[in-house]
Amino acid sequence: MSPTEPPTIAPDPVDDSFVWQRLALMARPRATKANALAALLAILLGFAVATQVRQNQVLGLESLRQSELVTILDNATQLSARLDQNARELQATRDELISGSTSGAAALTAAQERLDTLRVLAGTVRAHGPGIRMTISDPGAKVTPPLLLDAIEELRDAGAEAIQVGSVRVVASSYFGQAGSGIEVDGTTVTDPYVILAIGDPQTMASAMEIPGGLSENVRQLGASITITQSTELVVGALHTLREPRYARRIP
Amino acid sequence: MIPALGLLVGLAAGLFLHPTVPLALQPYLPIAVIAALDAVFGAVRAVLDGIFNDKVFVVSFLSNVVVAAFIVFLGDQLGVGSQLSTGVVVVLGIRIFSNVASIRRHLFRA
Repeated sequence: MSPTEPPTIAPDPVDDSFVWQRLALMARPRATKANALAALLAILLGFAVATQVRQNQVLGLESLRQSELVTILDNATQLSARLDQNARELQATRDELISGSTSGAAALTAAQERLDTLRVLAGTVRAHGPGIRMTISDPGAKVTPPLLLDAIEELRDAGAEAIQVGSVRVVASSYFGQAGSGIEVDGTTVTDPYVILAIGDPQTMASAMEIPGGLSENVRQLGASITITQSTELVVGALHTLREPRYARRIP
Repeated sequence: MIPALGLLVGLAAGLFLHPTVPLALQPYLPIAVIAALDAVFGAVRAVLDGIFNDKVFVVSFLSNVVVAAFIVFLGDQLGVGSQLSTGVVVVLGIRIFSNVASIRRHLFRA
């Protein structure tokens, strides 16, 4: 009977008190051919077990059958499609966020630039840049407010962006009037000599003052003297105080 | 005793030599190992039953391994390799359990 076959009949009643001795008896080394063969088979078995265990730990896909591989491939494909979808959505969200933040920043920059421009024009901030410094000496008190206004208009024509007369910033609402020995600008009296600072292109403004029939000629005809200095860096430091408009209201 | 030592020697050799299983043998080695284990447990039980025979052990060991591998091979050819492998493992597992139960009854009377 093969030792691996379950007994079909009940084995001879063995005295179980001697099983340990029988085991020891069988275990003692016997120099028979069959015992050597059994040992060889045991070596083979141990080797195979260890090899298989190692192989199982090391092996990845090549030990799998075709159907299993197809299943794994299917799963991987589905997963990859899902991840692709995810990646696309996230990319779209990211693009949206980036464009949103950049357009927001661009709008902020544009608004800031606009604000700066308007502040310079309204005279509520100090301005600096290239420009001219014009000094009118009028010992005979011949210079009139209209002449000064002409000078301002000429400067504006020539591209002046920020103008100061004496210590007064000239803005859109500035006015000129006679005030005793001097000239009143926006409620402040400016006296001789009249110093006018204008920021803009120095050459253009200087030549605009010098053209025949222009400001310089008019001033000299009145017996006053005028000096114009071009400068690459000029500071218009006077400020205009804004007043709340009494009547005009913004159209919303 | 000598076969038990041989088992240890084989285990050590397998662990330290890092052998790779040839691709053609890969589906059969695990089944062959289970079949050989079945033969070994059967042999221990036969010893305790007092009917152990060296020659029978060698022959049953080899035939178990060959038949198990052949069944799996046949299953692969028929396209039911994985199912048949599972079946063989289940059958051999049941036999190993019954052999171990018999050994246990002999040794511990329980």
